[in-house]
Amino acid sequence: MAVRDPAAPLRREWHRFTPAERLARWALGLVCVAALVWAVRAIDIIPEFLADAPEQMADLLVRMWPPDLAHYYPAVHVALIETLHIATLGTILSFFLAVPVALMAARNICRVKALNLLAQLILVSSRSVNSLVWALIFVAVFGPGPAAGTMAIACRSVGFVGKLLAEALEETAPGPQEALRAAGAPWGHIMAKGIWPQVQPAFWGIALFRWDINVRESAVLGLVGAGGIGVVLDDAINFFQWERVATVLLAVLAVVVVAEVVVTRIRARLI
Amino acid sequence: MSAAARRAFAPNWAARAGFAALALYVVYATAQLDLTWARLSIGFGEAGRLFARMLPPNFARWELLAEGMLESLQIAVLSTALGILLSLPLGLLAARNIAPWFVAVPVRGFIAVCRSLHYVIVAILFVKALGFGALAGVAALTVASMGFIAKLFAEAVEEISMKPVEAARAAGGGTLAVLIHAVLPQVASRFTGFCLYQLDSNLRNSTLVGIVGAGGIGGTLFAAFKRFDYDFVSAILIAIIALIFLAELLSGRIRAAMR
Repeated sequence: MAVRDPAAPLRREWHRFTPAERLARWALGLVCVAALVWAVRAIDIIPEFLADAPEQMADLLVRMWPPDLAHYYPAVHVALIETLHIATLGTILSFFLAVPVALMAARNICRVKALNLLAQLILVSSRSVNSLVWALIFVAVFGPGPAAGTMAIACRSVGFVGKLLAEALEETAPGPQEALRAAGAPWGHIMAKGIWPQVQPAFWGIALFRWDINVRESAVLGLVGAGGIGVVLDDAINFFQWERVATVLLAVLAVVVVAEVVVTRIRARLI
Repeated sequence: MSAAARRAFAPNWAARAGFAALALYVVYATAQLDLTWARLSIGFGEAGRLFARMLPPNFARWELLAEGMLESLQIAVLSTALGILLSLPLGLLAARNIAPWFVAVPVRGFIAVCRSLHYVIVAILFVKALGFGALAGVAALTVASMGFIAKLFAEAVEEISMKPVEAARAAGGGTLAVLIHAVLPQVASRFTGFCLYQLDSNLRNSTLVGIVGAGGIGGTLFAAFKRFDYDFVSAILIAIIALIFLAELLSGRIRAAMR
């Protein structure tokens, strides 16, 4: 038996990745570069537009200054309040729609596989269709106005809220539920006293988070006629009243920032 | 311990008051927005008719559909790449442990503005400034990507351990060497994660910016809506949902492989 060279392991060449991993990384890089090259070559960009872009941007900004602050009251103000109503009401409505779907999607609450799948399908399709597309559909259904916007916000939020709520439901500890069941509590009581206290923080967190997103989203719904501040913005842009556009943008920016601060505050106190 | 505290399941009056207030708000807001039951019931009748006209989806103009989808894909790829490229310096400049405060504060403000404006609003402005077409879409989604990636990247950089940074500085490393060898290795994997997520969301959003004329399938969708071509609309919607579903599946796989 040959004497083993004690220094052999030290002479071994070390690599951070296995050859297969290196190949995969290289291939991934190649795919990224190829996609980029393809996109740059194939995309339809008009060089003249690109050339005078800085000039046009500067022109736009000059026309926006100074913002027409006199326009704020009442037109922008009323539309802003409407936007907030759309966002809030849409969020509340989405919870009414999402809670049953989430209960159906949570595997520890609904034991029927087919219903779980159906709920997942509902959630995925709600999330895949953008809120503006939902708004287009609901404008065709309800006619232009905040009703369409509220429904659009609600339908878009169902997927998001339902998914997070279902995950929270699946993470609940089974102990309290079993105890209640053993004590003979009916289904409603198990839900109210065994599950609700456990998902309550997640529930309010999701509600605040989604409300914050919905405030942003509802600001643009008016572009397709679904009410709110987007209508005022669209009108101002179509009439080339750039000072008014600046006012609307500042108002939207202010509301979004305030909403974010409020949400962060409430969340810090609540959770 | 008082008797009241010993009651199991004591009523929570504060919560009940909160729910009552919420219910009152709902009544008030529905009145404000003129959401009446009559209107809803008419709407549901209309929804039935709309749905009937959407079925079956009409894929006869699949060339138009494919062209729009490809352009959306290009917008998503380009805006993500540009967004990543711009987010790297922006994120580093916004990190308060790397950049001095007089740089970090204005850069943070800029990122916050990028994030606060909805990408469709940004797209409108870019359409006015750059003209109709994919360029405006790319620019708008680049701004949105910057807002998202740079913010999270800056937060990730602020959470790094400063020990490698000090070691690199002590060994005489310049700013660039410190960044490349001490900062970036600590945040690289999280950065890739943000970029992947943003690619996903850019893909969703690129199917939409066309509604305001910024290129992609959204323009085709909006035109079909305006012409009441509801069967073509449903075909486009199915294509979009399929694309996004596929992207979600793929990015889920990549994320699982990265872990």
